Amino acid sequence: MNTFLNILIDGLAYGMVLFVIAVGLSVTLGLMRFVNLSHGAFAMVGGYCAALLTREAQWSFWVAVPAAILATAALGAALEALVLRHLYRRKELDQVLFTIGLSFVLIATTNALVGPQVQMIPLPPLLAGSVDLGFRTLPAQRLLVIVAGCGVAMLAAWTVARTRFGIWLRAAVDHSGTASALGIPIRTVQCASFAAGAALAGLGGILGAELMPLEPFYALKYLVLVLVVVAVGGMGSIAGSLAAAVLLGIIETASKYLASDWGSLFFFVAMAALLAWRPNGLLKR
Amino acid sequence: MNTHRRAIAFALLASAGLTLASPQAMAQAVKVGIIGPFSGPFAHYGTLFKAAAEGYVASQGGKLAGKDIEFIYRDTGGPNPALTKTLVQELLVKDKVDYLGGFVFTPNAMAVAPLIQQSQTPTVVFNAATSAITEKSDYFVRTSYTLWQVTVPAAQWAAKQNMKKVVTAVTDYGPGIDAETAFKSEFSKQGGTVVESIRMPIATTDFGPFVQRIKASGAQAVYTFLPGGPPNLGFVKAYNENGLAKAGVQFLGSAETDEFDLQKFGDAALGLTTAFHYSGAHDSPENKKFAAAIKKQDPSAVANYASVGAWDGMYVIHQMIVATGGKKDGPKALAAARSLKWESPRGPVSIDAKTRHITQNVYLRKVEKVGDQLVNKELQSFGPQADFGLEK
Repeated sequence: MNTFLNILIDGLAYGMVLFVIAVGLSVTLGLMRFVNLSHGAFAMVGGYCAALLTREAQWSFWVAVPAAILATAALGAALEALVLRHLYRRKELDQVLFTIGLSFVLIATTNALVGPQVQMIPLPPLLAGSVDLGFRTLPAQRLLVIVAGCGVAMLAAWTVARTRFGIWLRAAVDHSGTASALGIPIRTVQCASFAAGAALAGLGGILGAELMPLEPFYALKYLVLVLVVVAVGGMGSIAGSLAAAVLLGIIETASKYLASDWGSLFFFVAMAALLAWRPNGLLKR
Repeated sequence: MNTHRRAIAFALLASAGLTLASPQAMAQAVKVGIIGPFSGPFAHYGTLFKAAAEGYVASQGGKLAGKDIEFIYRDTGGPNPALTKTLVQELLVKDKVDYLGGFVFTPNAMAVAPLIQQSQTPTVVFNAATSAITEKSDYFVRTSYTLWQVTVPAAQWAAKQNMKKVVTAVTDYGPGIDAETAFKSEFSKQGGTVVESIRMPIATTDFGPFVQRIKASGAQAVYTFLPGGPPNLGFVKAYNENGLAKAGVQFLGSAETDEFDLQKFGDAALGLTTAFHYSGAHDSPENKKFAAAIKKQDPSAVANYASVGAWDGMYVIHQMIVATGGKKDGPKALAAARSLKWESPRGPVSIDAKTRHITQNVYLRKVEKVGDQLVNKELQSFGPQADFGLEK
């Protein structure tokens, strides 16, 4: 019973970390249909900004995190406006090659500027401790991730489904010609959505840094995990990504408790099975 | 006309002198090929090798045994035996190197064994830590450590602390399995029980579940082995956050508190206990000289097991050059290397005549804060340890 509860709690926490890191990609790849393999690099930029601001510049965690997210969004917007927008109409392969190349450039830049060591984001006292759940303890930081993950999921789903901006975005992606004929400012919508995706990547990089420590090769190391979550969740479905992340997180955690000799086998078997069962996404028929 | 002719003759002489002089100078230099990762995720090893090797030569006044040293660096990227073999073949055939050094990864070192055996090239392994490497060729000498070497004293210490139940938690690949086997065999010999052996997949990011299992096993200590970098940090964080120290589960490791990443751990690292052969905080004039020399060569260099392995490796190459007078003579160089005994930055060391592996003290260390820096404070020395992996 205890093991079962442990699996559930650790699995939920791990799944939420996966979701927070993947949700940005769910926006750029899922909603905007742009094959953005530099997602990990944006997450890394966000994490590094937060780490440097809190550790070197001695900013408070609560100020440094929004600042780092804004910085990542600004970088995303700038890259989108200057370079990436020319790739929307190109083939997927061009997008893949360009964004992978961009990742390598960002890896080399971080390595040259900050060095190859692992970067830590010092946590404020409120988050550094653990919370007593009665039968075990859970790191307080994980609670923040769970809360932030739920918040991001609801906010993003609401924005896409209910707001004018969400309608514009869906229209711009589905048929940009018609959308622009109807007077929707397509360029602004695209740029803002991409910046939002980058900002969410930055948030994921910061909140996920406890499990996926920041170092220059971060940008490629965890890309597979993130792509799996978005693929299983379904393109453009934020609720789907959340469900996929939590389900895969619980499966991975269960295999660590019960059959760790099998490595990540169950994670990828689950991925294959889920994709075969619901190829268009977990929550879509 | 006369002056003209003289000028031509002079120019001819001068150019002849130049062409004669340069190959002579080149022939005198001893060529050392250094193999390591200089790009990619492991590039810091290459940087440390370079700083330590060049720092060593600089500390000897720029020459070893009166010979110029020419370093030729070759980049393997990561574990890539096929590429390493090609690079070493090129170094031996085209560049005609006299010595080889470096090697971070076991498969890379294993791959070149036939080449150095055939060409009788003395090769000093600065890092790769699988016991069997030195058995693969008579021309391997190793100045790093093996997991057996540091794990056996750790198991003996745990038994002496009256620990009866210990869990091993290792990363599921070669060196991890070595550490697990070594700990199990020595600890049960000492009368203890390894209650659970957890093997953690190499791609693990969330160590929480494993740490919960360790806690649930009711063991008094966990002996762990993790590859350097991010996984170390993840495991240590999980160990702290899940309150294992408070629950009385002692942490026991080896290279987990490597000086390279140590400062990034923050206060989470305080109190971690490890058994290892080198601490940057080792208090000796040799160690201070070593740290100063590599810092002078490269301000970003760190005194850790990789740089000390390269430094001592250069000492061995230095002594081999002395013994052979700078000529290429593999058997004679190796004969000299087999009887070496010296004071290294890590303490007194010697090369075991039979295994050609370094015999060295292993120390029990605990992470403490000195000023605002975290250091591995040596608490006790277990005395000289051989490579137990080869003795079996």
